[in-house]
Order: sequence, then structure tokens, then C-alpha cells
Amino acid sequence: MSDNDLPPEVEKLIGEVQYEEAGEFPVERGYIWTTCSSVENGNPLFWDDAVAAEITGGPIAPPTMISVWFRPHQWSPGRTEPAVPLQVHFDMKRIFDLPEAVMTDNTIVFHEPVRPGDRLRTRQVLRSVSEPKTTKLGTGRFWVIEVEYLNQKDELVGVESYTGFGYRRGER
Amino acid sequence: MTTTTKTVMFSDVKVGDTLPELAYPVTATTVVLGALASRDWRPMHHDHDFAVHRNGTKDIFLNTPNQAAWFERFLTDWSGPKGRLGRMKFRMKGSVFPGDTMVLAGTVEQAETDDTGCGWVTVLVRLTVNDELMTDCTARIALPANDDDNPWTRRGDQWKP
Repeated sequence: MSDNDLPPEVEKLIGEVQYEEAGEFPVERGYIWTTCSSVENGNPLFWDDAVAAEITGGPIAPPTMISVWFRPHQWSPGRTEPAVPLQVHFDMKRIFDLPEAVMTDNTIVFHEPVRPGDRLRTRQVLRSVSEPKTTKLGTGRFWVIEVEYLNQKDELVGVESYTGFGYRRGER
Repeated sequence: MTTTTKTVMFSDVKVGDTLPELAYPVTATTVVLGALASRDWRPMHHDHDFAVHRNGTKDIFLNTPNQAAWFERFLTDWSGPKGRLGRMKFRMKGSVFPGDTMVLAGTVEQAETDDTGCGWVTVLVRLTVNDELMTDCTARIALPANDDDNPWTRRGDQWKP
């Protein structure tokens, strides 16, 4: 990536902590069961409280649900626009005027287990933005965003890294 | 629901072992249920016209968080409940659509014990449709060393995912 390639407003965002926010609701078992049902996950940690008590000291959420707990409601009172998760991703789309986007890579590192009743907090960091690239989808840019997740005791429960590709179709 | 109570021990595993394959016929319900379970309201995961005319894909498709849930289920079906995920990296190379039969297959790439005594296994999981790779996932999962060991009790500097 050329150092001169990025607009200053993007360069200054790289490495900056943004959008520190709390989840809109506590971790709850309804979503845990719905998620397990969606993939037919019969792991007794999530269905059998006796097993959960023995192995994990009580019920936990599937680790891969970590991003679920900060995805906003589609609508809530007072909101005039749909809220979006991973706001930095949408900021990049807007800044570079790229109407479409997909996620290409995703890395999740799991720390303390997430438990029903936890209130998670997140913060987002833009790590990098590529030079313009052309793929079979169109022409655009790749960017890497990290999301840190903490619980109400300030314990790190996970770190997720996303690579997004924002693009405009039909420009090859 | 199949209840999994078995436990795979670290000493049971060697590089090159394969995990039991999972084949699953994906429907529109699979895609929509997975998207809503993961609170992903974006239209390309439930709105056929949007997916086709805006995203340029042939149909709605499985979203990323739900694919992660499929990978977790695949791994812990094998390990049993004491298997504890430490890290998962995946790359989407293609999309999974209604009508596809997705197949998850896994191979043990590495088995090592870290300096805290935790036994880690690295598994490469491939999600394919008609033998074409759609997503690959590299997962690092901690397995118990013996009957008295439980990776879930590790905290702080005893947990190095």
C-alpha cells in the first residue's frame, strides 16, 4: 500500500479506538438455544445444566456467538435510521464511496467464557486499508478491523478481526 | 438433537487424524434461521431480490457468524464438551446457497503442549460444496490431558489461545 494512497481522514483512524459501546441487552439463553438449534449443535454444555455446572461452572454461550451480543436491534425507540454493527466497516464504505461490501477473512480469539447475564462492551480499531484492488466482484479496497469484547468485570472475553472488501460492481 | 458426552483426550490425537465428516443440505430456512439467530438483519441473508440484484450473487447466502457456529458445532461434535476453542480463523472463498449440500471435513495439522501444560490441537476444516472449497477454517482447540484435566478451568496466564 502506498503511504500517500489514503485520504488523511482514514490515515488518522488507523490504530485509533472507536465506537466503545455496551451491548443493548444482556447475554441470554434464548439466543443461545436458537443459535445451537440453527446449526443443530447438541453440545450438552448449552443444553444440560448439570454438564455445564461440572465443566464450565455454570451455563455459558457458544464461544463463536461473541459478535451476536453487540449486534444492534434493527429498530428501537428514537432511532430514525437502522443501526449497523461494525460501524467502522460502514464508515469505510462511505468514505471511499463503495456501495457494496463483503467480509472475506475472520479471526476470533476466545478468552473468558461468556455467560448468561453478562453485559458485554466492545470497541473497534481500524488496522489497515489496502490500495485499490479488482476482484471478480468489482473494484474496491480491503480493510482490517479489530473488535475487542470485554465483560462487566473488564475481563477480555474475545478479540475478533475482520477483513472486509468494499467494492463497486462492474469496474474491472 | 444429539447429545455429545464423549471426551477426546489430547493423547488420543495425532497429526493427520481426520474428523468425522458432516454433510448438510442447506435450505433457505437454514440461511434465514442462521442469520436471525446471529442477529444479522442484512438483506442479502434473507431477501432473494436484494442478494441477486444488489450483491450480484445467485441467491441469499450463509452469513459469517453462522458459518462460525457451524464450524464450532463440527469441532465440538468431535472433541466433546471439554474441548475448548481458543482461536478460529476462516476465509470465505465462495458463498453457500439454498440447495447446496455443504460438507465439512477436518484434518489435524498440529498437536502441541504449551508452556502451561495445555494440550492444543490445530485442525484445518474445509467447507465444500460439490467438492469446491467455499470456506476454510483453521481452529486451535484445547483438549484435556487426562481425566482430571479440564481446559475450561484455565484463566489468565494459564490460557494462551
